[in-house]
Amino acid sequence: MNLIKISWANLRVKPLNTLLSIVLLAFGVGVISLLLLLEKQVTEKFDRNIKDIDFVLGAKGSPMQLILANVYHVDAPTGNIKVSDAQKVIKNPMVKEAIPLAYGDNYEKWRIVGTNFKYPAHYDAKVSEGRMFSAPFEATLGKRVADETGLKVGDKFTSMHGFDNQSNEEDAHHHDHPFVVVGILETNNSALDNLILTPVESVWLVHDHGDEEEHSSMENPAHGEPGHVHEEGDEHDHTGENPAHGEEGHVHVDGDEHDHEHAHDHEASQEMTAYLIKKRNPLAAMMLANVVRDTNMQLADPAIEMNRLSQNFGLGMDTLKAIAILIMILSFVSVFISLYNSLKERKYELALLRTMGGSRGTLFALIMQEGLLLVIIGFVTGTILSRIGLLALSSLLKENFQYEINDLSVSSSELVLLAVTLGVGVLASLLPALRALKMDISKTLSNA
Amino acid sequence: MLLAKNISFQYPSGPSFQFPTITCGKNEKLLILGESGKGKTTLLHLLAGLLQPTSGEIIINEQNTSTMSGAALDKFRGKNIGIIFQTAHFVEALNIEDNLIMPQYLTGLKQDRNKAKELLTRLNIADKGKKRPSQLSVGEAQRAAIARAVINNPPVILADEPTSALDDKNAAEVIRLLEEQANATGAALIIVTHDQRLKDHFANQITL
Repeated sequence: MNLIKISWANLRVKPLNTLLSIVLLAFGVGVISLLLLLEKQVTEKFDRNIKDIDFVLGAKGSPMQLILANVYHVDAPTGNIKVSDAQKVIKNPMVKEAIPLAYGDNYEKWRIVGTNFKYPAHYDAKVSEGRMFSAPFEATLGKRVADETGLKVGDKFTSMHGFDNQSNEEDAHHHDHPFVVVGILETNNSALDNLILTPVESVWLVHDHGDEEEHSSMENPAHGEPGHVHEEGDEHDHTGENPAHGEEGHVHVDGDEHDHEHAHDHEASQEMTAYLIKKRNPLAAMMLANVVRDTNMQLADPAIEMNRLSQNFGLGMDTLKAIAILIMILSFVSVFISLYNSLKERKYELALLRTMGGSRGTLFALIMQEGLLLVIIGFVTGTILSRIGLLALSSLLKENFQYEINDLSVSSSELVLLAVTLGVGVLASLLPALRALKMDISKTLSNA
Repeated sequence: MLLAKNISFQYPSGPSFQFPTITCGKNEKLLILGESGKGKTTLLHLLAGLLQPTSGEIIINEQNTSTMSGAALDKFRGKNIGIIFQTAHFVEALNIEDNLIMPQYLTGLKQDRNKAKELLTRLNIADKGKKRPSQLSVGEAQRAAIARAVINNPPVILADEPTSALDDKNAAEVIRLLEEQANATGAALIIVTHDQRLKDHFANQITL
């Protein structure tokens, strides 16, 4: 026999009252705790992806879309800009570094992004297997891409045009030029995990082919084989089969007359989806804005855009939080009412405890403990619910955005939530407990 | 064992009572009779330390309870006075056995489940130990209340109208059991009642 046992028995004897208090509290705590977890992890993910990128240079359109597409890789790109135009910006002395990104096709649902070594280097990405891409049609896969597609170093795959991965029809969307997986990255906890990285040249080449091939593929049934391309046939052979080719970014550099010519042909019309820019000093923002003015390009600041996004999305969060707080208040009222009612019903038996040696303090502790037991059970249930909710949300996010949120650890803001919950729980129990403490036992016993 | 000297009690803006000196020694039994309104319950509450007398003093087990207060008095009461009320009340959420252990727990004594079972057997309700208080009949509940009152072997047992809610058969049985339990530990037994059926049972009587 001890106080806990008595409190527990008292709660169990009124299962519906107890359940109501616990369910309300668990729901309130669950929603708040889920929001706190989401906020923390989304912010962390966002910040990690922004990592020192001061601007994104890309085609005019929604700046937020530009950021979402090129920093987080969750939205469609705004379009392309000409490399020749972009040079005016990125050669500016205010620019410390510019990382090129050229959106290519998809493999299954994974984006192929043409870039250079600076991109993985910016996120401190490390190769876990194989090596970093170096020549056209070599691909280095993000960890999740590798895990989900099952592609291994040495495997070949062909890309699909655009983003509509629903259409599996062979014609029109397939590009026949195979990519070779040369490496797989370690988990980086950034957008890189969900990307297929390849040199910019691969994207350009695929696109040039694409236009031509789509005509010919209708007519030429033998076309389906890798390497069988009309004009750049030998180049395909290089990448696909010539191992020497893989080294030193051999293609498009000196040597091959054909390539050289190709590069020249497209010099003026080569396009990039975006550049991730790091500035040299704080004045860069104004200077570069001037350069971009009156072009078809824009410079977007990821910090500003994400701030805007989280403000909008924060509004929804605030509403949810307000509702959750309201539910918590209701739950405290429910704790208070159920303690108060049970106190009224149990007045006589509480007085009896005094005749058997229990003190005022015993009664006070007993009632406080019943209130706190309710609150603690509610809190723990709520915390568990929030984890279940997070896992459910995470799988939803994973499907729709290739984003994973799965850190289930207790955050510091949850400790604050616990402290607040306990604090208010104490307040809700205090009045009934004080009434028990002040009870006149002689009067209570004679009036029974 | 119990001595109440010249005690009086004044309810705040209510009636006041003057009580005769009451004494009851080890192994003795005392019946206090009185009509309604004579302050029977007030007297019992005074003797039990649930009320403090306006004047006079109460000595129980050689200690003056009228000078004690707070948790010390509560603990003293739990250890030295077993109280039985007109209707038996229990902690409804706990079974009878757990209710019997309650005085041991509340006074910090060793919790002895066997003693509770033994008492229930002696009072002929051994099979009710695991039952909820609400499942017992009035007579059974009163017996369980006796068991709870004597489990700490108090030197003084106070009973407030222990038989008035019972029929003749049960009343006689409860009185027999009360005497038996008091004899078993040599406790002083004081019964406060208006129940005339008890008149002939006890030689020692005071009428208020």
